[in-house]
Amino acid sequence: MSAVSPGDQAARPAPGAARAGTNLLSAEDARALAERVLKLSAGDSTRVVITSSKSGNTRFADASISTSGQLADTAVEVTVTLGRRRASATTNVLDDASLKRAADLALRLARLAPEDPELMPELGPQQYIGVPAYVGRSADLDPEARVTAVRRAVEAANTAGRPAGQIFSAGFLDAGASVVAIATSAGLFAFHRATEVEFSVTARTPDGTGSGWAGAGSRDWGSVDAAAIGRIAAQKAVASRNPVAIEPGLYTAVLEPQAVTDLVPLLGAALNARTADEGRSPFSKPGGGTRIGEKVVDNRITLYSDPADPMLLGRPFDTEGLPLRRIVWIERGILRNLSYSRFWAQKQGKEPTGNALASGLAMIGGTKSTEELVAGCERGILVTHFFYIRSLEPRTVLQTGLTRDGTFLIEKGKITKALKNFRWNESPLLMLNRLEEIGRPELTAAGRLMPAVRVSRFDFSSLSDAV
Amino acid sequence: MSPTRRDFLKTGVATATSLTLLDGPFSLPAASQTPALAAPAADPFAIEVANAALDAARSAGASYADARVGRYRRQNVTTRERQVLRIGDDESFGLGVCVLVDGSWGFASSSQVTRAGAQQAALEAVVLAKAARAVRRHRVELAPVTAVRGTWITPARKDPIEVSIEEKIGLLLQANEAALKVKGVQFVSSGVQALREIKTLVTSEGTNVTQTFIRVGPSFSATAVRDGDFQSFAEALAPRGEGWDYVESLNMAGNAEQWASMAVEKLGARSVEAGTYDLILEPSNLWLTIHESIGHATELDRALGEEANYAGTSFVAPPEKTIGALKYGPPFMNIQADRTQPGSLSRVAWDDEGVAADQWLLVERGVFKDYQTTREQVARIRKLTGVARSHGCAFADSWQNVQFQRMPNVSLLPGEQDISLADIIAATDRGIVVRHDGSWSIDHQRYNFQFSGQAFYEVRGGKIVGMLRDVAYQSDTPYFWNAMDMIGGKSSYWMGGAFNDGKGEPAQINSVSHGCVPARFRQVRILNTARTA
Repeated sequence: MSAVSPGDQAARPAPGAARAGTNLLSAEDARALAERVLKLSAGDSTRVVITSSKSGNTRFADASISTSGQLADTAVEVTVTLGRRRASATTNVLDDASLKRAADLALRLARLAPEDPELMPELGPQQYIGVPAYVGRSADLDPEARVTAVRRAVEAANTAGRPAGQIFSAGFLDAGASVVAIATSAGLFAFHRATEVEFSVTARTPDGTGSGWAGAGSRDWGSVDAAAIGRIAAQKAVASRNPVAIEPGLYTAVLEPQAVTDLVPLLGAALNARTADEGRSPFSKPGGGTRIGEKVVDNRITLYSDPADPMLLGRPFDTEGLPLRRIVWIERGILRNLSYSRFWAQKQGKEPTGNALASGLAMIGGTKSTEELVAGCERGILVTHFFYIRSLEPRTVLQTGLTRDGTFLIEKGKITKALKNFRWNESPLLMLNRLEEIGRPELTAAGRLMPAVRVSRFDFSSLSDAV
Repeated sequence: MSPTRRDFLKTGVATATSLTLLDGPFSLPAASQTPALAAPAADPFAIEVANAALDAARSAGASYADARVGRYRRQNVTTRERQVLRIGDDESFGLGVCVLVDGSWGFASSSQVTRAGAQQAALEAVVLAKAARAVRRHRVELAPVTAVRGTWITPARKDPIEVSIEEKIGLLLQANEAALKVKGVQFVSSGVQALREIKTLVTSEGTNVTQTFIRVGPSFSATAVRDGDFQSFAEALAPRGEGWDYVESLNMAGNAEQWASMAVEKLGARSVEAGTYDLILEPSNLWLTIHESIGHATELDRALGEEANYAGTSFVAPPEKTIGALKYGPPFMNIQADRTQPGSLSRVAWDDEGVAADQWLLVERGVFKDYQTTREQVARIRKLTGVARSHGCAFADSWQNVQFQRMPNVSLLPGEQDISLADIIAATDRGIVVRHDGSWSIDHQRYNFQFSGQAFYEVRGGKIVGMLRDVAYQSDTPYFWNAMDMIGGKSSYWMGGAFNDGKGEPAQINSVSHGCVPARFRQVRILNTARTA
């Protein structure tokens, strides 16, 4: 057996070892832990990435709490470089012996790794912007407070669902805090902490013909209205009862901000300079190079990542410790930037962006509400959110998926009927070329700022019997 | 220990018909398949810590408690062309404590595997359970289980974690090199994941078991680029609950050239004409369709609405209207669930509630028969199925997460006649053959699905006449399975699977295998997925 057999004494935490798993690491603790690991490493250079998190969750169905959990963990990833060889090992056992074993293992793996012609040296000290992404009331939300929020949502759902009888509600509340700290033997130290909460409810009518969803995600628990989420989910369930089938085909679609959040970030995989340069992306220029500078979507649309944006509050560095900055991917319809790794940037003579999408994604361009987008629609389909989206074709970013939990027919600016759900085949890239209207951006999840949109000829390709 | 068969008979669930089916190639391994690796003994320290958690939970008012101590080792090597992209080795150690207080659940986990850490987690779990009582319609009732003590290990000859990283890299880079010899192939990706998980479960009802699970997941894909067009082909290298010997048996270096040439061949394939065709699915494609349209549809938590806010519910509901009544498919369709099949990803000796592994039929002779269950779910359908035991489907993907109902292996059993894929093609006038899995998507009640593949062939007059591209098939589960009119025999059986099946909030992953044979489905809708701006 290897060094990790269950009987291995060395694997156990030393008596009295710090209970780092139950409290989030402070910057000082993270620095001290990182320095311990750096000292234990015998590589030419070393990078330590520490992730520490704690969270609590409450899940419910049929108006009963089904599971609830409390989680805490701190893990250390050691990346060792020897010449042009590099490898990593991760452990969550934080006594000296275990950390040493992880560092030695990474060293051993690095010795065995072939030379990497694309290897970039570890970064030295960097300047980072401070991002206030940590909110105490999110980090400290206790089990009683979570149960209270669940009860409020269930009661609001029951009240709003009364026209349909006894509503069935199911949902999930998760609140937690996390730390990412990075240190290198070249002197870099980065530290960031953030909170994240999410709460969502699905309400179903007792006859089984109506289902509605509502949810919220944020860094701040204070911005989440539990009762409103329960109420909206139930209202949608009641309104979506006895849906009618309409012929699948190309329809104008009003996508609520959550539906846009489900679809538009899938463009992220295509926003990569290397795959574009290599001819494997919708942003590849025929004959070589990228489409930077070309119009790729409707000219009202701007898409960006920015850790400092007060609505995004993203992590200001990537896992190499490279500072992340505002990157405008698409500006008024024109492709302005693609993501450049440090290696590819050097090769192409560009500035590296690092993994800029890690700092969040926002789409802006309009000011109208979802209701106004509906009011301006002659005939179309309103979509609450999507489900089970999978890529079909990377050349066009074509995806397939389904509508869910509130799909309605719009006629002459009004919602007139509940519709059966659809499977659709559509590309966020092609869809944004058929834009009729873009709404005002809303916070849909921590690090996601997305508007409702109205697009023409959305491909609703087949009917689904799912409620 | 071969708990499953004995228990299966003891419960009296098995009918004469299902026994005939189960006596096929899918019963437990014979004595000659004794594992080369011996099961490690239980760690006394893990048991001491677990017992500290149970004592603390009982003192704080828990009527039931279990403690799981888990130590996970995951290795991951990925390469592209002539380089290694990443070598990772991950170790995670911790414990989770699950308690029942006045019929409500609470769960807490900790990476502090000490008596104090365990006691604190137990107390936190009790606080959660007490708080949860405020929002509740019914009390949890657990089906009985026989307390067991023992150890078990996945049968394997070579522990993949112990195989040197050099050997792993060598195997992958050799495969890449062979693939790059193919004219037109510009990009190659390959990788291998290896997992070893040592899990000790101690319960307040006297169960004390330690199991070691071994799993490997190789991957390979090649991309050909020509005239601004590109096509990729990913070979079906199924992940398995086996040792490194399985990865070696795939002969990746020897086969890579042939796999890579498929990507080039796809560049020249004709774009499919959308319409209705007879669909012939190879097992390397059908396993995923079974997973989505049968595996998930027959999960009891989904049927009862417990997944409504995430993965969804199921059309196989309510239980009182579907058990013994829902016609899933033709009379020759038998769907077996099991956690016993050799080499499968879901194989265990005991589940995460200490229930002995089981083997049972979900669909028998085309009719829906039973669901996947955990201990607390049994009471919901006991009167309908006559089954008093849990089918042993409790699973947590790490010490950090609570165990809940997860999918066992779910497989389509072979037909009685030994029909091959070639026989099915020969009997088809106008159809499309789909090889390996591609894109997949299904709705939240498991009706409407759409799947793609890696390679597609047109069949005319009983012969393959050419290669197609841009193919996806879209159908509706009840229609689709009732349109199945031919299936392969035993010798065409193959087992696919996935490492990353997602369900639950917080989301957890599950590893599960699906065995099947090639099958034909009449008049299925085929889409063309090519698009232009």
